[in-house]
Amino acid sequence: MEEGKVLSQSIQQSAAAYVIIHDKFGEAVSPFDANETMPFFEVIDTSLWPEIALFMRDHPKLQFNYMACLSGVDYQAEEKVGIVCNIESLGQCHHKLSVKVKCSRHGGSIPSVACVWHTANWHEREAYDMFGMLFTGHPDMRRILCPDDWEGYPLLKDYKVQESYHGIKVPY
Amino acid sequence: MESRCPTNSVFNSQSSTRMQELDRAGMGSVRVTRKGNNVVVLEKDLATEQMILAMGPQHPSTHGVLKLECLTDGEVITEAVPYLGYLHRCFEKCCENVDYPAIVPYTDRLDYLAGMNSEFAYAIAVEKLLDVEIPRRVEFIRVIVAEMNRIASHLVAIGTYGIDLGAFTPFLFCFRDREIILSLLEWASGARMLYNYIWVGGLAYDIPSDFNRRVKEFVNYFRPKTVELYKLLTENEIFVKRTRGIGIMPADVAINYGWSGPMLRGSGVKWDLRRNDPYSIYPELDFAVPVPDGKVSDVGDCLSRHLVRALEMEESLKIIEQCIDKMPSAEGFNPRSAVPKRVRPKAGEVYGRAENPRGELGFYIQSDGKSTKPLRCKARSSCFVNLSAMKDLSKGQLIPDLVAIIGSIDIVLGEVDR
Repeated sequence: MEEGKVLSQSIQQSAAAYVIIHDKFGEAVSPFDANETMPFFEVIDTSLWPEIALFMRDHPKLQFNYMACLSGVDYQAEEKVGIVCNIESLGQCHHKLSVKVKCSRHGGSIPSVACVWHTANWHEREAYDMFGMLFTGHPDMRRILCPDDWEGYPLLKDYKVQESYHGIKVPY
Repeated sequence: MESRCPTNSVFNSQSSTRMQELDRAGMGSVRVTRKGNNVVVLEKDLATEQMILAMGPQHPSTHGVLKLECLTDGEVITEAVPYLGYLHRCFEKCCENVDYPAIVPYTDRLDYLAGMNSEFAYAIAVEKLLDVEIPRRVEFIRVIVAEMNRIASHLVAIGTYGIDLGAFTPFLFCFRDREIILSLLEWASGARMLYNYIWVGGLAYDIPSDFNRRVKEFVNYFRPKTVELYKLLTENEIFVKRTRGIGIMPADVAINYGWSGPMLRGSGVKWDLRRNDPYSIYPELDFAVPVPDGKVSDVGDCLSRHLVRALEMEESLKIIEQCIDKMPSAEGFNPRSAVPKRVRPKAGEVYGRAENPRGELGFYIQSDGKSTKPLRCKARSSCFVNLSAMKDLSKGQLIPDLVAIIGSIDIVLGEVDR
């Protein structure tokens, strides 16, 4: 965090929420990135992600009960893929925070949080569909938007579309 | 509807064990009837065969190309699994290959019934990264067209919901009035549904000089029509019998599912992004956020969700009237004065969102600060999230009630499949 910079109120709230999480999990989470547009922290020990998520949802001072969005992202330069979760406390504490979780680009996996927020169920399926990372412990890990027998993961930066699908020419 | 088992069914491999599980759980074959709003079990443990019923993708009550695979036990649905993707065209991959302003027409095609609102949400998200000062008149015009589009979208939702449940007349009434809105929006933007009107940093054109007067005329014309529609459909006894007490969703589960918009408010949660995460000029405007009080509907049921939409239209009329009164004059106004020549946002990420007729439409955008194309642009679709609760909502419901439940979710498959 830059010193001497006046932070807006919503970022201060996010920072306060982060401090509670950092006190509990310490080194498992990265330092807080207090940028103006989307303050976030990263989960470094990915195996703890469901535990952190549950803590965020159920701690009386945090109450992050609403997951607005979960987006898959391809970090090609780092050889990683990951998810960005926009989580907020709806109607309770009025603060929001974003969390990033990354895994290897080749056969990596991230623990699922579908049991914490139902929203994550379909969003994780979508991230798997588009980026190919697996979510361990997900109740129904299937493709959601592409057909089951589609080849490759379309939103990877180096994705090459397949030549034909069931005899239909794919590239147009 | 067809009862032939589709090839990629999830039930194929597991159905026999699943049935045994259900039998053990006391959910085995039953014969039921409806008494008032309650389902009464007549006989239990009848050894009838469970049937897989595929509903859609070409079924009119699925509002597009949604397929629902229902495991049914007589008239009761034990499980309904939605299948999506029939309209998937990978909007997000398209975004990575075009400049920021060129994404606006794609956003129209997400929720094609509320194009203005989708453009609005996208413009807000990009402008957060851009640091541009939006002229005040632009903000007012944006809110007017967005609220008009909200009314048009709710009219379709209400009209088709009536049709789903056998009421044909309200549908004609709704489409007659929606036509006026579409004509007005066509006058302003040149298109009836896919507008490309709200640009990043401004608007494509100023509104025509007589636009505000005509909109005011429409508001005065439409206000009595909302009352008429309310009497015709919302208070219709047959309609109420089909929707009240059906598909109840408790507030906490709705929040956990990530519901938003009229769906969430139908469950009694007073949450509207125009109020709770204000954007544009909404903080200056006076409007209420209607939430069902449980007098005419059971909170969280299909009727509540319909009721929220019906009441919201009147609030939108209020917003439009205020905007027309407060709008700065057109003197020396250039709708493109703040539109950047090349949209190149600073490096960073943003999650921008707006209250759409169907709920929260959000855009997660990642920019590297050098390119004029986004590194990643994800659309958080409101119907996609709302629809994900289908499994819970449909469990134990009767087949005709499933139609009522899908209709109350008000899905637009263009946004679900993206």
